[in-house]
Amino acid sequence: MSALLTNAILLSLFIFSLAMVLTVIRLFKGPSAQDRVLALDYLYILAMLMMLVLGIRYASDTYFEGALLIALFGFVGSFALAKFLLRGEVIE
Amino acid sequence: MSLWIEIPVAVLLVLSSLFALCGAIGLLRLKDFFQRMHPPALASTLGAWGVALASILYFSALKSTPVLHAWLMPILLSITVPVTTLLLARTSLFRKRMAGEDVPAEVSSGGRSENAN
Repeated sequence: MSALLTNAILLSLFIFSLAMVLTVIRLFKGPSAQDRVLALDYLYILAMLMMLVLGIRYASDTYFEGALLIALFGFVGSFALAKFLLRGEVIE
Repeated sequence: MSLWIEIPVAVLLVLSSLFALCGAIGLLRLKDFFQRMHPPALASTLGAWGVALASILYFSALKSTPVLHAWLMPILLSITVPVTTLLLARTSLFRKRMAGEDVPAEVSSGGRSENAN
């Protein structure tokens, strides 16, 4: 792997972490509960993308499976939280 | 690996991380919750496609055979993100209506109502 790709991956990981920090600020600040759920959902998506970038960095397939798991758990978690806020219970 | 593969991979990675940063800035700075629902779509469409294309390019060049499994990620996101977004929008509308804020009234009178709780 050349220095170009290594530095590009480092830069992109840094920008992803910056985006995560901004999202965490919204997660703690969010005036309503649904703002926090939205920020958590976005955090899951960012973590998933970071796992894919790390998979390129270490040239390994294992990170892809981790990213798939994060995506699935993020969907289930956000869905359950939104459902809870809508009805007051997750499964009716 | 040739430089002609590494340049597009690097450009795609940096571009998609910049899209994700734009989404985070929008999430932090916009005023209303319904405005704030929009910027995360940047990361789940353009950001995810950029990273997936970069991954496909890199692994295909690394193993000298098409490796397409990263394609699954934007496909999965394009199915799951609208579901959570729609449910969150309905949740926010319902909660704001219950709190007596100025939001559009319910249109449908018959069928399964949100207020049947």
